[in-house]
Amino acid sequence: MRGPHDVGGLDFGPVENATHDLTLWEKQIDAIRAVIGAKGIVSTHENRRTIEQLGHDVYDTLNYYERWTASLARQMIDKGILTQDEIDARVVQVRQRLADTGELELKEGA
Amino acid sequence: MSTHEHHDHDHDHHDHDHNSPPQPDDKVHSYYQILGTAVKELLIEKGVVAADEVRRMIERRDSITPANGAKVVARAWTDPAFKARLLKDANAAVQEFGIDMPTTHLVAVENTENLHNVVVCTLCSCYPRDLLGLPPSWYKSKAYRARVVSEPRAVLEEFGTSLSDNVEVRVHDSTADMRYLVVPRRPAGTEGMSQDALASIITRDTMIGVAVVEPLQN
Repeated sequence: MRGPHDVGGLDFGPVENATHDLTLWEKQIDAIRAVIGAKGIVSTHENRRTIEQLGHDVYDTLNYYERWTASLARQMIDKGILTQDEIDARVVQVRQRLADTGELELKEGA
Repeated sequence: MSTHEHHDHDHDHHDHDHNSPPQPDDKVHSYYQILGTAVKELLIEKGVVAADEVRRMIERRDSITPANGAKVVARAWTDPAFKARLLKDANAAVQEFGIDMPTTHLVAVENTENLHNVVVCTLCSCYPRDLLGLPPSWYKSKAYRARVVSEPRAVLEEFGTSLSDNVEVRVHDSTADMRYLVVPRRPAGTEGMSQDALASIITRDTMIGVAVVEPLQN
């Protein structure tokens, strides 16, 4: 059975020959991934495997760096570097902080 | 996926295939931005990564552009001995430009009158980042990854690239360990140009193989 990443030969319609400049958020995720890769904490292969294991529901819904983010959180939990509870608690804090400064509204409108 | 906002808090690490995909009204995009920020903050606080390392990595990744690859191709166009080295051992050849790719096997493939090469990563987004920078969005899209291996001519047409039927099209599927650089054909009318001038007409898309270097207009 094909995993969600295994798309070679399927048909997803025309290629949208568009590109976008990465946002700071995307650049940060890209850079964190590169730093932990360079430090030997998570290899490219581990990153690929975690993304492939997101399953169709998640993989097919998220955009590229959203998949990387989901994968990064999973890797940190699996390696015992962070816990799910820690991450959940910090997500609540960050959300509140962004709501307090009004940034959350801006992003959700984007 | 238990890192999702509406996970059921059972903290099961193996529930990747659960049945509650993010809904459009979940404000999914902001959720993953928040998750990314949360993970970044925690990793910095725990000393796993330093804020400075992340900042410098962003700068470094931003500084790599397709101009790197263009310099390599322009040299190959003008220096037959270099081209031979590039096609034989691309890792060693790009090291002559100070580009070090220690963990990746780099393969340079040359377009000729009868052969056109195209690069894809069907499984994800592997790409010669040290030569071309970060991949464009379309390279990472499912449409490109899925179709360029089965109908490359049709996909190339969508990029405005028409190849004659007698040109063989060869599609190279990259992996984490093996990445490709296309050496496009040097167009007519460029005989007297310097390497720098040649490099300026070699675009990213021609080194992925979805475009050809256009002949000069004048």
